[in-house]
Amino acid sequence: MRSIARHPLARRLVETVLTLFGVAVLVFTTLRAIPGDEITATLGTEAAGLSAEQQESLRAYYGMDKPLVLQFFSWLGNVLTGNLGFSRRAGATVGEMTANALPVTMELAVLATVVGLLIGVPLAMLSASRPNGIRDGFGQLVGLAALSVPNFVLGAALLTVVSRYAHYNPNAQGFAPLTQDPLLNLQQMLFPALILGFGLAAPIMRTARSALLEVQTQDFVRTARGKGVAPWRLRVRHVLHNALNPIVTMTGIQFGYLLGGAVVVEQIFSVPGLGRQVLAGIQQKEYAVVQSTVLVIATTFVVVNLLTDLLYRIIDPRVRAA
Amino acid sequence: MTAAVAGQQVPVAAPPTRTAAWRRLLRSPAGLVGAVLVALVVAAAVTALLGMTPYDPIAQHPQARLQPPSTQYWFGTDQFGRDVFSRSLAGVGNSLRVAVVAVFLSALVGTTAGICAGFYGGKVRGPVLAVTNVLFAFPPLLLALTLAATFTRNWLTIAIAIAIVYVPIFVRVSRGPVLSLRETDFIKAARVLGIPTWRILVRHLLPNLAAIVIVQVTLSLSWAVLTEAALSFLGLGSPPPAPSLGSMCSTPRFWLVRPGGTWRRRAPSSSSSWSGSICWATGCATLSTREMDATHDGSPW
Repeated sequence: MRSIARHPLARRLVETVLTLFGVAVLVFTTLRAIPGDEITATLGTEAAGLSAEQQESLRAYYGMDKPLVLQFFSWLGNVLTGNLGFSRRAGATVGEMTANALPVTMELAVLATVVGLLIGVPLAMLSASRPNGIRDGFGQLVGLAALSVPNFVLGAALLTVVSRYAHYNPNAQGFAPLTQDPLLNLQQMLFPALILGFGLAAPIMRTARSALLEVQTQDFVRTARGKGVAPWRLRVRHVLHNALNPIVTMTGIQFGYLLGGAVVVEQIFSVPGLGRQVLAGIQQKEYAVVQSTVLVIATTFVVVNLLTDLLYRIIDPRVRAA
Repeated sequence: MTAAVAGQQVPVAAPPTRTAAWRRLLRSPAGLVGAVLVALVVAAAVTALLGMTPYDPIAQHPQARLQPPSTQYWFGTDQFGRDVFSRSLAGVGNSLRVAVVAVFLSALVGTTAGICAGFYGGKVRGPVLAVTNVLFAFPPLLLALTLAATFTRNWLTIAIAIAIVYVPIFVRVSRGPVLSLRETDFIKAARVLGIPTWRILVRHLLPNLAAIVIVQVTLSLSWAVLTEAALSFLGLGSPPPAPSLGSMCSTPRFWLVRPGGTWRRRAPSSSSSWSGSICWATGCATLSTREMDATHDGSPW
């Protein structure tokens, strides 16, 4: 039993749970700090016209007469039993809304990651094939552009240019979920995924390039080249394979960022994902929605990071042994 | 959005002199381009903050709405007849002001916390790392968004929201080296000599962290510019009449494309120049800090 408790994985899990508890505390207290409460959010300015007794009974109804600590634990208890709250505007529970939005965000994140890897890794291989040469310069220039141009500029520009000259804007109509109309859905995901993927390609390219450069100088690569391994095979099987670890880590981290960081692109292209759900909650002052959705995103983010760590161990047996 | 470069190692070079560093910076093409761009952005910001823009960035001239770029209005005018060039300058000023204050605050708090957590261990380390872990559990933009929603919004609170997001990075970046520096002979010697702890931290530890912290500062500056722009793009930056690059980039969207995908007649010429100027400004800011950075630390980037 003691050996299980000492296992690094067990410690990591405990740490994760504690971190998530901290996240819940932070989210709860942050949103309590905002002026206005559930009553003013529902009734707006009419809340001022309520009598003292009405105020009191409403406060009791929402459980706001209880101490803050008690409120926190009752919220946390609700969240843990699957009750994330209710959105009056949407007329749905936050649980239902999240169940619709989470797959959309996940799909977008996966597609963007695929795009990012497809741009970033070949670009890095091109760069690393001749460091400081013209190819390298080209690769780094593309990487720099991807880092520097904000995704809302790129997104807005792409949207306006394509809809103007090609009269093509799949995102102008209502959003089609993947299960209902896969063809339209993929068209609607195309631009957001390209924009996010292009931004993602830069850190992937940077990491991959330096990892490739490092692996290239090692003795086993020279040996393989001496043995007459074909250059193409050498680059993929010997060099790239051994440089995978940092690439996977970077991709995992970036994938996590996409879960909440895609809000700008989701907003531009009207993709109903989690980020947009938070933003709508903030704009309409529905803090039950914000509170629970942020918690969901942070949890997913932490879990993705944990999985990245595990994947790391699978790819590189040396880490497992340590 | 790429807050992952935090842990990168910085090669230690021979003790640099200030003029030599400048000369090296200006000799490399990337460094020269970067320095020029930084100078341009700073010049734009200073012009705006001193109120020397060609027009008042907030004043509305309804009779001159949506003008295309001309010699009178370099970047055209927007839907309220405000001069877009003046607004761009003011927007750059605003962005830079928010970014500098945000990064200064987070570097100050983060580095202090990181040094203490690394040096004292035990009772200080626990809480600092717990807070760091919790802040790291959010995607950065989401955290900034939530925090910005909490405060009454003006440029300073936006800066504080962004600063909170970047604090944990500075904690991590500074704590690592302190752990190893703590065990070095010169720190031990300083302790044996009876130098007070605060003095050891400030005079002996801090200078050895300078290189790493400075690199992190330059990287964070460009992220902070982008984060501020993203926030105001989403309508959570400085409130409306104030010129901000993000919101300037956001508003024309509603003027350009009607539902159904057709194009509005009047807007395009001025709006394309809008996007151009925004791209120029934010792009320059990030590009230049990165270029500076590349030449500073000698790393491939």
